[in-house]
Amino acid sequence: MKITREDVLRVADLAYLELSESELETYRAQIDEILEYIGKLNELDTSNVAPMAQVLSDDQTADATLREDIHVPSIVAADALKHAPDPEPPFFRVPKVIER
Amino acid sequence: MTNWTISSVRSALTAKKLSARELAADFFKRIDAQNPTLNAYLTLSPERAYAQADRIDDLIAGNKPLPPLAGVPVAIKDVLSTRGIRTTCGSKILKNHYPAYDATAVERLDAAGAVLLGKTNCDEFAMGSSNENSAYGPVKNPLALDRVPGGSSGGSAAVVAAGLAVASLGTDTGGSIRQPGALCGIPAMMGSYGRVSRYGLIAFASSLDRIGPFATSVHDVAAVLQTIAGRDPRDSTSTTAPVPDYTSEITKPIRGLRVGIPKDYFAEGIDRGVLAKVEAGIALLKSIGCELVDIRMPHTDYAIATYYIIATAEASSNLARYDGVRYGLRVDDPTLLGMYRKTRGAGFGPEVKRRIVLGTYVLSAGYYDAYYLKGQKVRALIAQDFRDAFRKVDAIVTPTSPIPAFKLGEKTNDPLQMYLADIYTVTGSLAGVPGISVPCGKTPQEKLPVGFQIFGPAFAEARVLQLAHAFEQAGGANL
Repeated sequence: MKITREDVLRVADLAYLELSESELETYRAQIDEILEYIGKLNELDTSNVAPMAQVLSDDQTADATLREDIHVPSIVAADALKHAPDPEPPFFRVPKVIER
Repeated sequence: MTNWTISSVRSALTAKKLSARELAADFFKRIDAQNPTLNAYLTLSPERAYAQADRIDDLIAGNKPLPPLAGVPVAIKDVLSTRGIRTTCGSKILKNHYPAYDATAVERLDAAGAVLLGKTNCDEFAMGSSNENSAYGPVKNPLALDRVPGGSSGGSAAVVAAGLAVASLGTDTGGSIRQPGALCGIPAMMGSYGRVSRYGLIAFASSLDRIGPFATSVHDVAAVLQTIAGRDPRDSTSTTAPVPDYTSEITKPIRGLRVGIPKDYFAEGIDRGVLAKVEAGIALLKSIGCELVDIRMPHTDYAIATYYIIATAEASSNLARYDGVRYGLRVDDPTLLGMYRKTRGAGFGPEVKRRIVLGTYVLSAGYYDAYYLKGQKVRALIAQDFRDAFRKVDAIVTPTSPIPAFKLGEKTNDPLQMYLADIYTVTGSLAGVPGISVPCGKTPQEKLPVGFQIFGPAFAEARVLQLAHAFEQAGGANL
């Protein structure tokens, strides 16, 4: 077994994701099978391979694409707040945070 | 009057056979009749459509020049932001989300005169290969109502195949444009990573997500790609490379082009009917003057494992933004963290939760090197396979999907089996190269459409389109 019930609980906690008891077991079993399959990557020796984080080519580097830092109008707060679950313009209201 | 194309719309409008408003009304009438069965549109936007149609009709009345897609009815996948029009991503968590701006691709279609009919159904946050992961119910394949249209852009494929839009936009992260194009029997393309701005595309996996067109001909796919492609300062990964005139490029001769056939894509697991048609497609390319070259892409078999590490890792990070604070659903709780947990638990569907858990796991302390870093290294090997191949050949052809459209519900209980069907599309996604799926006949027994996939080197969209166009003109769809 690659992944335990405790692993799923820990990860769901990291992702702030509430899972029911039945979801916990279903996902554990399914993810276990997927991780088992993913294990086939260990057949490959990648010790001398540089990781590829993105596919950008030379004309897509920061030098080519970064713009001047000029102030331009953006989405106005009123539009951004219009469909918020609990707006208190110009703020979004959330439950009180006293301690973590 | 069912089979509209971009050019037939234009000639009908300029000949004043009908107005843009009448054309839009005709499409809404068809949608009203067929959408209850297909479930392909989630939201219609008649107000915006008629306003645009009236603008086009005014231009025609004033004998003014018309923009390239004037009056062409189009549909947009519901992961692309549309100003003031509900954008759900197929998710309950965005049930009441009304973006404040248009995605760049949408804005460009709009500026080109296209008439936006509405938003199409898709797998939740574009995660799926059958459209069965939508919180708003599955889309039916218009060619076989008991079967899936493919996914995740199932709605965008279905509306074009059913004649409920002339063209549409989808998004492709691991095959989500090409595979539904194949399963619904229409051409469908993703350009190179960076060819089309992702601004306003609600992110699933940022290093893989791409926007691209569906249409009923390669010409129309080329015309839509041309409209949406090109540099956008709001997406720093969009390329500064100039956009060729694809619609004139596609007619260039293909004689003598070297086409690679990777043996590794014709291994076990491929449906015999699909295999027979794709082999006929390869023979067709030879008959019209392409040189066939056997090539090897030795890391193909590792692509699914690599993709499901990278895509889920990026998804777990991108989907952190759905926290009930700024938009979308909120489930109340006295504490902030409790509100986050309950909102996300109630708002996301099973496939999204599964991928968040998997993605968070592969990124978490103690597993990062074994999974995420390993995945990035194998991704480099897969991209190298493509670079090596393109030193020998001008293009690579493969099946789009190992299987034709499957029955609704057939694969929903086994996520891994569903993932494995993405084998031929995820490679190109990981490598960042352009790819198209074009119709390649129907399976002998069940008469289901087969897709023929053509990959080209990065930013060689014109060559991919040339081959696809030549294939289509030579009768590829009727093999």
